[in-house]
Amino acid sequence: MLDYTPKEMIERHSGGMINPAKTCQPVGAMYAALGIHGCLPHSHGSQGCCSFHRMHLTRHFRDPIMASTSSFTEGASVFGGGANLKTAIKNVFTIYNPDVIAIHTTCLSETIGDDIPTAIRQSEIPEGKVVFHANTPSYQGSHITGFSNMTNAMVTYFAEASVPQKENFANIIPGFVNPADMREIKRLTEAMGISSILFPDTSGVVDSPMTGKFEMYPAGGTTIPQLKKTGDAKITLSLGRFASQMAAENLEKKCNVPFASLKTPIGIKATDDFLMALRGAFATEIPESLEYERGQLVDVMTDTHFHFYGKKVAVFGDPDVVTAMTEFCLSLGMQPVHVLTGTPGGALGSGLGGFEQEIQGMLDEAGVSGNVKAAGDLFTLHQWIKNEPVDLLIGNTYGKYIARAEDIPFVRFGFPILDRAVHPYMPVVGYRGALRLVEQISDALLDRRDRDAADEDVELVL
Amino acid sequence: MAITEEKLGEILEVYPEKVRVNRRRHIVLKEPDTNAAQQIEANTRTLPGIITNRGCAFAGCKGVVVGPIKDMVHIVHGPVGCAFYTWGARRNKARAGEDGKNYVNYCFSTDMQESDIVFGGEKKLAKLIDETVEIFHPNAISIAATCPVGLIGDDISAVARAAEERHGIQVLAFQCEGYKGVSQSAGHHIANNLLMDKVIGNTEVEKCDEPYAVNLLGEYNIGGDGWEVERILKDIGYHVVCVMTGDGSYEDLRLAHTADLNLVQCHRSINYIAEMLEIKYGTPWLKVNFVGIKSTCDSLRAMAAYFGDKDLMQKTEDVIARETARIQPVIDQYRKVCEGKTAFCFVGGSRGHHYQGLFAEIGVETVLAGYEFAHRDDYEGREVIPSIKKDADSKNIPDLHVEADTKRFKIKIDPERLAKLREKFPFDEYKGMIVDMKEGTIIVDDLNHFETEEFIRLLHPDIVSSGIKDKYVIQKMGIPSKQLHSYDYSGPYAGFNGAVNFARDISMSFATPTWNYIVPPWKNQPLLNATINGDELNA
Repeated sequence: MLDYTPKEMIERHSGGMINPAKTCQPVGAMYAALGIHGCLPHSHGSQGCCSFHRMHLTRHFRDPIMASTSSFTEGASVFGGGANLKTAIKNVFTIYNPDVIAIHTTCLSETIGDDIPTAIRQSEIPEGKVVFHANTPSYQGSHITGFSNMTNAMVTYFAEASVPQKENFANIIPGFVNPADMREIKRLTEAMGISSILFPDTSGVVDSPMTGKFEMYPAGGTTIPQLKKTGDAKITLSLGRFASQMAAENLEKKCNVPFASLKTPIGIKATDDFLMALRGAFATEIPESLEYERGQLVDVMTDTHFHFYGKKVAVFGDPDVVTAMTEFCLSLGMQPVHVLTGTPGGALGSGLGGFEQEIQGMLDEAGVSGNVKAAGDLFTLHQWIKNEPVDLLIGNTYGKYIARAEDIPFVRFGFPILDRAVHPYMPVVGYRGALRLVEQISDALLDRRDRDAADEDVELVL
Repeated sequence: MAITEEKLGEILEVYPEKVRVNRRRHIVLKEPDTNAAQQIEANTRTLPGIITNRGCAFAGCKGVVVGPIKDMVHIVHGPVGCAFYTWGARRNKARAGEDGKNYVNYCFSTDMQESDIVFGGEKKLAKLIDETVEIFHPNAISIAATCPVGLIGDDISAVARAAEERHGIQVLAFQCEGYKGVSQSAGHHIANNLLMDKVIGNTEVEKCDEPYAVNLLGEYNIGGDGWEVERILKDIGYHVVCVMTGDGSYEDLRLAHTADLNLVQCHRSINYIAEMLEIKYGTPWLKVNFVGIKSTCDSLRAMAAYFGDKDLMQKTEDVIARETARIQPVIDQYRKVCEGKTAFCFVGGSRGHHYQGLFAEIGVETVLAGYEFAHRDDYEGREVIPSIKKDADSKNIPDLHVEADTKRFKIKIDPERLAKLREKFPFDEYKGMIVDMKEGTIIVDDLNHFETEEFIRLLHPDIVSSGIKDKYVIQKMGIPSKQLHSYDYSGPYAGFNGAVNFARDISMSFATPTWNYIVPPWKNQPLLNATINGDELNA
């Protein structure tokens, strides 16, 4: 497995990727658009992109992922795709009748410079229906950038400041996380007694129940009235800088809603920070129920610390969740010696700088020395691991090749997870999510200990 | 229930007029057997917004045909997505050959950035090739173009030529931009052209020393299909020169001209090479189908008849007898679960047809079938090829014209004998899907989401075989769904062992108890069920 990855570190100057740790913008935009109620995502490009993105999301969620495409031909690629888009809009409303069409672009339509707003203006849009768009060039950033761009477009198109006084609720932008995480974030906020609008919100869309009936537009998703209302919120909590902060900043500029930029609430510290931010903004005490959950988490962390304390771990994936996961590993006494994201950090505006600095800062504070890289790939990560082996690998499904090649215990985390089920239904955020992560990490390490132990060393109790 | 023209009209009523007229031409209601095949429209542009299942030319070229070649490094020139989505997504299994080279678990992308779009990406591509050669030492390299590459004018052929000179290995530049043609099909054609032009025959080797040498064309070893076919062929005594391209190698591909017979499994993706091999080297091709027991046996007998050797024929019958005796009782058990059920069979460009026989062998009747991207010849048979006109969307896919190789062309079989064989076996021909379908069944080209739902409502199939994008849509309706691209991560489904696996998997999808739990008990049981003072209370 991966026999051609040498231990000796190789300087690569091409800028190409070998085994990427990211994918391209539109899949993130498609996912974000699914977080609007009654919305059909539309991919303005050639149809291969749309099929690939639907395929990947379907494999991760094991649920229907609907989206339409402009199906560019060579002619449209040379002379512009405006006509394709107008035809698509007409066909989609006539045949599939969504409330909203959320258009995103691809490297094709971005390279030829299609003017989407003009095409939308020239389209037949039925009364009461909405079409909006985000530009999502695949040659910038990653799928996280695409999620961010589509979420930002929700603010640009819909958010309105309709009342002079801000109202007593929070906007929460959850970032690129699973529907279970969005549910958990809502549950925590409700437990605080705080009203909120979460957007986008894919819970109830990509984790829908089996009823014997296919719903093209499932019950979930943030509604357009809710998106409009975001302009009246007291505060926006942006969870994960890379996925969420652009929309939060836009909302501040457009509607004067202040925002707090927080980590994705994975692990005890980031969850504490999330609840403290809510507490601070709304002057509401943390309820006993959440304090109890937190106490349970600390109890388990203490009970099991000897399973993972001092263990070396490699973490890779999307920047927001990797940052929070790295923090959590440190809080468990583990040593994240290799931390890598494929998403470039720092090139796309002030708010997005410094994935590497942020991680390095955390490692320095904990006295851990490690490799940290943004815009890296799994070839590099594998080489690092060959040079400094780890006890555990945490990342998406593509990590299984490395885990197998190097015989490392492996915890699946992030996007995409294509080879295991149930994960989209189980949160990793909040105290309960952290409890689950502790269980997964312990299980992976203890399964390995059981496997490797000599017969006489197999322990009944661990 | 057979579908009527009137019923079909009601379904299509929802469409805007242009769409209705267009879509009607892509749907055929099978009439009683006649001599002339019914005509269908196929291989035309996808209607924007229709929710198609189709992919693009890049997927057809890199994803399907070129990507499985294991001892080559395949570099995707473009932004990262195209490479990422073709990384391990199709299950074309491979294990390293004698030289130990197998790169199928790797993914290479130039990861084009905005500056590459603006200033061009040729230098980056050249550097990545250099790095790749230095680190991986592949036997050859492919470059696959993606959408923006054609638009910005990167000359990947020039980059490839220069890299060949630097490194002394072949570097193949596939101009398979996603927008070319109307589907994956364009990519197959683009891949076929270059492999034929640059790779096949690019060797000093003139002939194959083994008897009964065959190539297996259009077999991508999904879930080990190709290995099961090879097992059977080797058992009988054939020598497989090369497989295009599942578990295939660049080194073997070069020797393809030395085979005595070409076996074509997937007609759509590889018929170009099959035709060209015959023109250039004189090697006839046989349309085989190793999916299903009867099809497998028919294919084996046709092969034996071609070589005409008594021992080979006897060995063929021995293997068929042994294998069927081994598997038939197992299949019969599964058949009990499946008997009398109906299926949709909508898959890419060949399986929509190939699996109907295997379905029938376990007692399942196919009531609707179709392809995403096949052409009229795959539906109606190759005799319609002269009447197929290229439309504006496909005419830019170049045809490669080859001529007889003056040194290597040789007649492999007496033409009179071949003509005689043609009366019985499909040598150099394919009769298409429609001819094998029953009266009253329905054939749909480029089936979309709306039609999938409507036809399911109308025909109530017991199982729908399709792909990942449909799978959960169908299951949500309470209908078993079988992926016939990825086999739901099972397989092989080809050959004798494959038939058993398929029967097991299909019967499992009917037999799983989970279907019984869709309706919660409180949906069909009364809320209160008790007696009060002797009176029965039922609310």
